[in-house]
Amino acid sequence: MAFSTEDLQVMDSIIKRYPRSRSAIMPLLHFVQSKAGYVTNEGIEVIAKLLQLEAAEVTAVSTFYTQYKPTPIGEYHVGVCTNTLCAIMGGDAIFASLKDHLGIGNDEVTADGKVSLEHIECNAACDYAPVVMANWEFYDNQTVESAKELVDSMRAGNPKPPTRGPNRLVTYKEASAVLAGLNDGLAHEGVQAGEPTLLGLKLSKEGK
Amino acid sequence: MSTVVSEMITVVIDGFEVSVPKGTLVIRAAEQLGIQIPRFCDHPLLDPVGACRQCLVDIEINGRAFPKPQASCTIPVEPGMIVKTQLTSPVAEKAQRGVMELLLVNHPLDCPVCDKGGECPLQNQAMSNGQGSSRFEGVKRTFEKPINISSQVLLDRERCVLCARCTRFSEQIASDPFITLNERGALQQVGIYENQPFESYFSGNTVQICPVGALTGAAYRFRARPFDLVSTPSACEHCASGCDMRTDVRRGKTLRRLAGEDASVNEEWNCDKGRWAFKYVTAVDRLKVPMIRNAAGVLVEASWPEALAVAAEGLKSAKAAVLVGGRATVEDAYGYSKFARVALGTNDIDFRSRLSSDEEREFIASRVVGSSTTYRDIDKADQVLLVGFEPEEESPIVFLRINKQFRKRALKVVSIGSKESIAVDKLKAEFVKVAPGQEAAAIAAQKLTDKSVILVGERAAESAGSLSAVAALADSTGAKLAWIPRRAGERGAIEAGAIGNLLPGGRPVTDAAARVDIAAVWNTDSIPAEVGRSTSQIIDAVHAGQIGALVVGGVDPLDGDNSQTALSAMEKAFVVSLEIAPSAVTARANVVLPVAAVTEKSGSFLNWEGRARSFDAAVADSLNRSDLRILSMIADEMGISLNLGTVTAAAKEIASLGAWDGARATFNKVSAQAQPALNGDQALITSWRRLLDLGTLQEGEEHLAGTARRTVAVISPKRAQSMGVVDGDQLKISTVQGSVTLSALVENIHDDAVWAPRNSRGSQLLVNLGVAHGAVVTVVKA
Amino acid sequence: MTKLAPVLSAHWDEKDSFTLEGYKRHGGYKAAEKALAMDPDAVIQLVKDSGLRGRGGAGFPTGMKWGFIPQGDNKDHYLVVNADESEPGTCKDMPLLMANPHVLVEGCIIACHAIRAKHAFIYIRGEVTHVARRMNQAIADAYAAGILGNGIDVVLHVGAGAYICGEETALLDSLEGFRGQPRLRPPFPAIAGLYARPTVVNNVESISAVPAIVMNGAEWYQSMGTEKSKGTTLYSLSGHVANPGQFEAPLGITLREILELAGGVRPGHKLKFWTPGGSSTPLFTDAHLDVPLDYEGVAAAGSMLGTKALQIFDETTCVVRAVLRWTEFYKHESCGKCTPCREGTWWLVQILRDLEEGKGTEADLAKLLDLCDNIMGRSFCALGDGATSPITSSIKYFRDEYIAHLTNGACPFDPVASTLFVGAGA
Repeated sequence: MAFSTEDLQVMDSIIKRYPRSRSAIMPLLHFVQSKAGYVTNEGIEVIAKLLQLEAAEVTAVSTFYTQYKPTPIGEYHVGVCTNTLCAIMGGDAIFASLKDHLGIGNDEVTADGKVSLEHIECNAACDYAPVVMANWEFYDNQTVESAKELVDSMRAGNPKPPTRGPNRLVTYKEASAVLAGLNDGLAHEGVQAGEPTLLGLKLSKEGK
Repeated sequence: MSTVVSEMITVVIDGFEVSVPKGTLVIRAAEQLGIQIPRFCDHPLLDPVGACRQCLVDIEINGRAFPKPQASCTIPVEPGMIVKTQLTSPVAEKAQRGVMELLLVNHPLDCPVCDKGGECPLQNQAMSNGQGSSRFEGVKRTFEKPINISSQVLLDRERCVLCARCTRFSEQIASDPFITLNERGALQQVGIYENQPFESYFSGNTVQICPVGALTGAAYRFRARPFDLVSTPSACEHCASGCDMRTDVRRGKTLRRLAGEDASVNEEWNCDKGRWAFKYVTAVDRLKVPMIRNAAGVLVEASWPEALAVAAEGLKSAKAAVLVGGRATVEDAYGYSKFARVALGTNDIDFRSRLSSDEEREFIASRVVGSSTTYRDIDKADQVLLVGFEPEEESPIVFLRINKQFRKRALKVVSIGSKESIAVDKLKAEFVKVAPGQEAAAIAAQKLTDKSVILVGERAAESAGSLSAVAALADSTGAKLAWIPRRAGERGAIEAGAIGNLLPGGRPVTDAAARVDIAAVWNTDSIPAEVGRSTSQIIDAVHAGQIGALVVGGVDPLDGDNSQTALSAMEKAFVVSLEIAPSAVTARANVVLPVAAVTEKSGSFLNWEGRARSFDAAVADSLNRSDLRILSMIADEMGISLNLGTVTAAAKEIASLGAWDGARATFNKVSAQAQPALNGDQALITSWRRLLDLGTLQEGEEHLAGTARRTVAVISPKRAQSMGVVDGDQLKISTVQGSVTLSALVENIHDDAVWAPRNSRGSQLLVNLGVAHGAVVTVVKA
Repeated sequence: MTKLAPVLSAHWDEKDSFTLEGYKRHGGYKAAEKALAMDPDAVIQLVKDSGLRGRGGAGFPTGMKWGFIPQGDNKDHYLVVNADESEPGTCKDMPLLMANPHVLVEGCIIACHAIRAKHAFIYIRGEVTHVARRMNQAIADAYAAGILGNGIDVVLHVGAGAYICGEETALLDSLEGFRGQPRLRPPFPAIAGLYARPTVVNNVESISAVPAIVMNGAEWYQSMGTEKSKGTTLYSLSGHVANPGQFEAPLGITLREILELAGGVRPGHKLKFWTPGGSSTPLFTDAHLDVPLDYEGVAAAGSMLGTKALQIFDETTCVVRAVLRWTEFYKHESCGKCTPCREGTWWLVQILRDLEEGKGTEADLAKLLDLCDNIMGRSFCALGDGATSPITSSIKYFRDEYIAHLTNGACPFDPVASTLFVGAGA
């Protein structure tokens, strides 16, 4: 795919956020993913040109961060936390069952291109363990069954909404645009906090 | 002149006091005491990174100890510092052993088949600072064994210890960040962007500074063991930068060349041409025995006495002149200079086998000879002005030096030319864009100070008035001036008097006292008083029947303008050719005398600074003789003694002459020519020679040639638009003599200009078009 | 019994807590107004006087950090907020930003004023789409309301998955568009940080604490907490507990107290080991239930307060498995720059994997500890040190369990027993 004039304008506006253009490399990589679904060579070359860098310098950055994918991934990218706490509380079992259920391994995509799977590190939601992320939206307190239902809903084209997130699950490309700093107008959707987040406050109001 | 004395700081290392300048790193202060702290990522010319952690030592300052060992390559000395290295601190010793063990965890045990084996810092320091065996019983990280990151450089990621010397070099020294650290953690690896190979003119330095066998050169791969090589300090013959080199020879054959160390010249770097172009010496078609042209017009092998007799006879029986290329050593050039005056009785000698002018010859005699501008002046300059000079292509170490100051202190660089180059871009130079041939006015408009440095290239001679304007600018501003030719021998040839208006030591031919000086040393009655002919005048004189014989040494007639005229002159005259390999000259010569290549003889070059770069023969048992020796033999045969039997004798005689303290030759300034009118299809050609191209000394180096820059024809966006041309379209550039058809590249170039490489594959302008700068050519979409 | 003290979390239970309107309802942006009317040095002094210390783990006094920024140097200054929250177990900043992003914006305005910075960058980890969305919306709303853009700009910078970017100099390199690898220090960020300019790097919670300090004064803040650890903080309780969640309390509360509030360890089980401040802080056991959870108290007991990420593991958990998984994390997240961390974590994982599977001998434990000794304090940054913490502390407290794996020839634990849904038919 080629980047349109409009895309290039957006990229230019991303660059203008920063006092020095090179800082824009990460949001620009997110933006490339929002267009192509992964980091394409074309994307690397466009970024290099815009930032007056060598393509090798852009590659060096894109390969450092795990969220930049060198090959196409699913429309819905599912991350199962298998860091210690989630793993022990059920993440390992969830990940194993999803691999089995989807017939794919770590960092692989289903044949229909709908779902890809990755075991992820701690995602800052330990009080909601075990945690599953989809397009980096929170799916809290998962079980083997709920996770299977989640990926099934994705494959059926009607993914269940996140537990703490917008009313619908956006696609990987749409999520990448948010990570590039673009506004999708969904910030007001979803809860302000889940129950565990509010537990201390609630107890305090009970006088504790 | 005031001397800056740096503040000295005294520290104690392993119980010994040492005083070092403020800012010195602990690891180097230790070196002053002879204490070797093991290291991998540390390199004195690269920014400290502290990555490998091999150099950990214990440090306390004024009684306050650091809680943990510190990387001595990152910490500058401080007053009151007490350092304990592995020699006196068990903690440091264990830390170093621990790091060494970790470095070896993922390092393959393929030393027996590794080029680095025997000279490997990892191997050596594992022996000196490691433990006998590893406790690692696990699975080593594996990668595909060596991958080409260019046609010349191979990368074995398994061997890499991720010290980042190569990537730091590429970024910090060469400004070519084509190799980077990619991926993360234990999977971190050096790599390129998949569509852009490591094609830096300086890539070979990364092979040299790699502390393991991760980066190797294709040309040397599996060729030798270091302990079988005999190393000789040498000087690079490829350009006028003057790199110190090391030549490694096994059984009479050069197997590799490395950058030598000279802090005031090349520091520890060189370019890939200097490193990897040396096979011409061992080419299968090297001339080995003399040849003479027989009655049937065929060159046949002859004995030395026979060939010398024919040469002497031919030179005695006609008015003769000397053409010596720009690659002769000082001593050889001196031999030609003396031979012309003493044996041939003429000042008709010129080393400029390239585009040149009379303006240039006067500029040389009045401004270049004896000039003392140096690299150090670049270090101190408030700005550098480049005129007719692309440092990265034409004198790469000059580029590195300017780049060093640019990176260190944003040195201002101004470049006057028609096409913006890669180096101009890397140096963020101010690019003063002029139409080819119209440089003089732009030069005159420059604002410089007495702290500025003007670096003018040999191509300035191709634009009338440029050198006159440069001289005037230097005079009016007090800026330092240096003329930087491409070839290694040109500055030496000037000082040796291998040019028609100068005698050795910068003595003007027209100065009677100068002639008396030289005549006395040369023990000859007199030296001709009139200025000799230039290269093109000599060629014309042959055609006019005024000159009947030529002594030609190391000249490629295709390098000059009117190459066809030059070739036909060689067919007409009696030619004695001194050469290392068959060429267009030997094909037309009456006598061909084989001479030694630079690695086979001793001698010296003067680099652009005028600094002597002397060297011994690297190949000790060569039977080939220097030009100087052979010229002496011809002279002997002519009944004239040159008294230059050896290089040492020549060097002594040159030294005895001393420098000329009389008046310099005068410089008759020349004005620029008006720009020719152009119609729609016409443009003014401009070009330069790229570092890696079809130069004869690069013959046979396929791996090196693979890293050359792409041959393109460059036009401006405006011209491209009017022609309907985009990048990659074919462009045909033509003159009455011929044409070249090249892939178009639309870049920052003067709208009236078209650029193509002067001597690259598919684009040999002097042969194909007969012109190279400032002439009108036709440019059409092919 | 220490009482909970919600300050940061005081209004999180309101549905619109994350909106400008919701934030303003409780005096939002009044502190910025007040601070902007103050002399910047007075703001720094106020924060110094409050005793606020960095909530990102190291506990460096925030006001002192601000005071290190050279003044009158005619250079741009920068504030960089570390919202890269990735330390295993740590889960306070993301819910904070999801529920109340405006408090961070307001904190940024005050901090920028104090350190004479015109630009603040919030570096947030990339794996939290909705938090980034909320944060960006809050910034946009603040601009629209004229709160930002009058001399102070705030830019959200979204990371892309690299734990090391929580290390402040790696974060700065990442923000400048390089690989997120730590820098040599000195120079410290206060002198040469972002773009080599004087820079303050603070954690989300630290900056978010500032508006309340400005509004209520240093004395008020000083009145909470312990002698050297002032104020309130978020304790994040997770794992095998009846009710996990966020508990904002004065510094110095104990795990025993928090567990009691949370209904204890999950029913029918007992505490085996826990982390006081994420996986890089040495493990504690049930012997440490009464350690005051402040900077000094935890350090005195041999660990670090860190991010106050209290991960609770009961007796069903195999400590070797837990430690192996953390070690795999460090291996995955090692930036690769220095030898001890890069190669050491590679090797540690292999040894631990064998041990967990019951392979090897007791000598491997000695090797493991010696290897940790060769990594700890030898690495470029604290990531390598952190990687050794769970190993050395777990061997200290649970050596017998390691040996049991070896004598057993396999892990003696049933992994199902430790899951949340054990017995739920999973």
